[in-house]
Amino acid sequence: MRESDIHINRVDWIAVSIYFALVIIGWFNIYAAVYDSQVEKSIFDFSINSGKQLVWIGTAIALITIIMVADYRFFENLSLVIYVIFMLLLVVTPFVGKEVNGQTLSIGFGDFRIQPGEFAKFATALALAKVMERPTFDLSKKNYQIIAFGVLLIPIALILLQPDTGTAMVYFSFLLMFYREGLPQWYYILGFGFVAITLLALGVDNNLYLALAVAIFAGILIFLGKRTWQRILAFSLIGIGIIAYIYSIDFVVAKLPPHQQNRIMVLFNPDIDPLGVGWNVTQSKIAIGSGGLLGKGYLEGTQTKFDFVPEQHTDFIFCTLGEEFGWIGSLVVIGLFAGLLYRLVIMAERQKTRFSRIYGYGVVSILLFHFMINIAMTIGLFPVVGIPLPFFSYGGSSLWSFTVLLFIFIKFDSSRATQLGRIS
Amino acid sequence: MKDQRPVVILIFIFLVSIVLLTKLFMIQVLDDSFMKRAERNAIQRIVDHPYRGLIYDRNGKLMVFNNPIFDLMVVPKEFKVGDTTRFCQLFKISKEELIEKYEAAKNYSRVKPSPLIKQISTTDFARIQDFLVDYPGLFIMTRSVRSYPTPTAAHALGYIGEISAGQLEKDTLKYYSQGDYVGLSGLERYYENELRGKKGVKYKMVNVRGVDKGPFKDGEYDTASVAGKNITSTIDLELQRYGEMLMNGKTGSVVAIEPKTGEILAMISAPFYDPNELTGAEFSKTYRRLNNDKSKPLFNRPIMAMYPPGSIFKIVQSLIGLQEGILTPNSTFACNRSLVACHNHPNPVNLFGAIRNSCNPYYHQAFRQIINQEVSTNTFKDTEIGLNAWREHVIKFGLGSPLGLDMMGEKGGDIPSSKLYDRVYGPGRWKYSTIYSLSIGQGEMQVTPLQMANLAAIFANKGYYYTPHLVKAVDGDPTLIPGKFQIKHDVGIDAHHFDLIQDAMAEALYGTANRAVIKDLVIAGKTGTAQNPHGEDHSVFIAFAPKDDPKIAIAVYVENAGWGGRAAASTASLMIEKYIKGQITRPELEQYVLAGNFIY
Repeated sequence: MRESDIHINRVDWIAVSIYFALVIIGWFNIYAAVYDSQVEKSIFDFSINSGKQLVWIGTAIALITIIMVADYRFFENLSLVIYVIFMLLLVVTPFVGKEVNGQTLSIGFGDFRIQPGEFAKFATALALAKVMERPTFDLSKKNYQIIAFGVLLIPIALILLQPDTGTAMVYFSFLLMFYREGLPQWYYILGFGFVAITLLALGVDNNLYLALAVAIFAGILIFLGKRTWQRILAFSLIGIGIIAYIYSIDFVVAKLPPHQQNRIMVLFNPDIDPLGVGWNVTQSKIAIGSGGLLGKGYLEGTQTKFDFVPEQHTDFIFCTLGEEFGWIGSLVVIGLFAGLLYRLVIMAERQKTRFSRIYGYGVVSILLFHFMINIAMTIGLFPVVGIPLPFFSYGGSSLWSFTVLLFIFIKFDSSRATQLGRIS
Repeated sequence: MKDQRPVVILIFIFLVSIVLLTKLFMIQVLDDSFMKRAERNAIQRIVDHPYRGLIYDRNGKLMVFNNPIFDLMVVPKEFKVGDTTRFCQLFKISKEELIEKYEAAKNYSRVKPSPLIKQISTTDFARIQDFLVDYPGLFIMTRSVRSYPTPTAAHALGYIGEISAGQLEKDTLKYYSQGDYVGLSGLERYYENELRGKKGVKYKMVNVRGVDKGPFKDGEYDTASVAGKNITSTIDLELQRYGEMLMNGKTGSVVAIEPKTGEILAMISAPFYDPNELTGAEFSKTYRRLNNDKSKPLFNRPIMAMYPPGSIFKIVQSLIGLQEGILTPNSTFACNRSLVACHNHPNPVNLFGAIRNSCNPYYHQAFRQIINQEVSTNTFKDTEIGLNAWREHVIKFGLGSPLGLDMMGEKGGDIPSSKLYDRVYGPGRWKYSTIYSLSIGQGEMQVTPLQMANLAAIFANKGYYYTPHLVKAVDGDPTLIPGKFQIKHDVGIDAHHFDLIQDAMAEALYGTANRAVIKDLVIAGKTGTAQNPHGEDHSVFIAFAPKDDPKIAIAVYVENAGWGGRAAASTASLMIEKYIKGQITRPELEQYVLAGNFIY
């Protein structure tokens, strides 16, 4: 190993500190989620989740050590190999994995199981960085767009086979990184418009009002601009297309599997079925909402105990925080996440190679998506999708994959002085 | 254009955070409806305490059952008292006590229930039930206390009480929690795992007043409690009660065993107490009183008190002598009172006469032959070898270590080995003249009343015993009792040696304890007197009957009652008559025992 491979004083300690702060706060909250005053168990008790999480944290630190002492060129040179390995793992998972609730997410032996879908995130980030690093690679050109989306769509398709819609959605977060790397803006304007109209169509009871609004808006646009017949025809066709889309949504939703239909409907009205599908969201909102400004105090929560909502310590861990530490606690944790994301953007921008910058933005994309969607779903701003809160949620695969994802970038960042400037 | 994009991304991150925090601020701080819903709609974990198993006597008579009692619980955060004076009157609690209990509850937790008034009786519960709705944060929790239809066998049954911090620590399986009741002594403790059953748990939705809003998720996560197993004791309730009546006002022990099985028919420790006193709200008060009582009513004498066996041990010496070939029925020794004191009887005596007349010099001389078999030419060495060989015989009679009955705290007594004398006198510095008191059951030798009763059973069985025990069946199944009670222990003495012993014991009754004689029921017995340096000697008697088909073996200790032929023999005789005949034909003997005036 060469001396130059470890650059302890070049490590970005701000990012590392925020990482450990989140992991530790998460660990305390996992204990709170299983804590039961009737059965006093220590936070270190290996029979409960907090004790197990401590093992995951310990092993995560081991992974960090391995990544930090490894040669950064290892990840760069082998990125496509890593990608292929994880794609193959995703291919075999539905066949050799363990089926739970109709999903086959994990492979392994006995109690040691990993979810390839979690680890494929960093593999995809590496692969995208690799294929996009060439100076000639230009996302405004169609054939390069096809390559980039191709790398992205393979894991999405494979994960949908498991099926795990939530994790598959995470891969769309790379659109953020594509944006930074020059994917034309109109893709995003179209995308946001599409999402906005979809949400409106689902949320507004009577589609006629929506259709009228679209028609009036199109009329105003025609009226304000040059009234050439081509322009009138174009806007009219777009307007009619949108209206047709609005009316088709109800039809599409009806074709979805019932649990997905319900998840969407519950978003707009959790009281539809407060003890059924809305249960998690309702309980989650009650727990967070009853926390008030300062919270009920650590381990004093009353809404999130007993460990029988399966997601209590994983996807809904934010409830425990909101209930016991109140809005101030939420502010601190959201602040830490925002701070980490801000820091990562700054770090990505200071990279000397396009490869590590793209990978850095991949990290930002994935973390931002998880952070945004997870918390939004616990407070009823987004349908329930089973994705964990990074560094916070209980579970080995989740903690390990986020740790690997983040620290590979911290490793690149700490080695940037030895990298040759190849930024185009 | 491209250079703006990182800034756009940063703005996006910032906006996402602001949106989340704004929504959180809306539901956490501005909108208090969630707080109300949380209060209205909390999940409570209710532990469903199982019914503790009942205990029956050997004839199916109920000895222990469960009586429901009620605890008034308080959730400090929700509790509003209003008019304190009225509250104190209604709930029969002093103002100071109310404040003290409330503060304690608040210190434990503001949102979780703690007991405010414990163990409210059924009548008080009926009275306060209607007022409960006026006081938010109060609710009733039901549990049950042990009750005894016949106030008897307190020591054998034992009592239950709140689990201690130390016990909780040791409970590695985490079955128990703070405030649980566990068996602390007697059968309640030994058979805790059988009696306790299995706790269940119910999750239910409750509102702020603790009013039940129905099971959580239709009871999907609930588990039902499993009632404890019932236990059939070996105790004969009638015999136990009769023995307690006889021992009332005295100090001592009575242990009666069915020789063929080792089942304990009666086990009396006097003075005793009413087991109903050690339950419920009175527990700590009564316990303190009993614990401070100079007559030690909590001390379980049959298994904890240790006395020198005295003359009764001569039978064991005779059997060892016979088995070793040192003695034969015809071995004769002179009653040489220069060796050790004795009383008037025909002289010299053979083995039969020695037992019948309890001749001390006979055993002084016989024991010397047992110990000094001239294995070594060195007298000191020879004594050491002899003593240890003798001890091997004695411990087979269940002496020198606890028998292992189904109760905690059993003492083992003492049978000395050469190590003891080496320690006291130095190795090679003691010989037979140092240890001769052992020959007549005195000196460095101690046994418990239980071990003595077991000796009587061994004599009755001609050489074997089953470990004495108090439980006949668990859940009606006799095979569920611990396996160690189903193992036959052989004492290593040939059965035919017991014929002479049994005859001599039957005959001895006429010589030393003629009060104990019952017409047409042959009792084999032996008196003893445990020397007491602090006062009057203790009266001891062991017996079994009927001699030809023993149904009961008994040991009686009456402290400070003098010679064994009076108090102890009379009590034993009455117990035997009661058990075998079911009635007492000698009211004057009963009166004599009840009067308790044995020294004259």
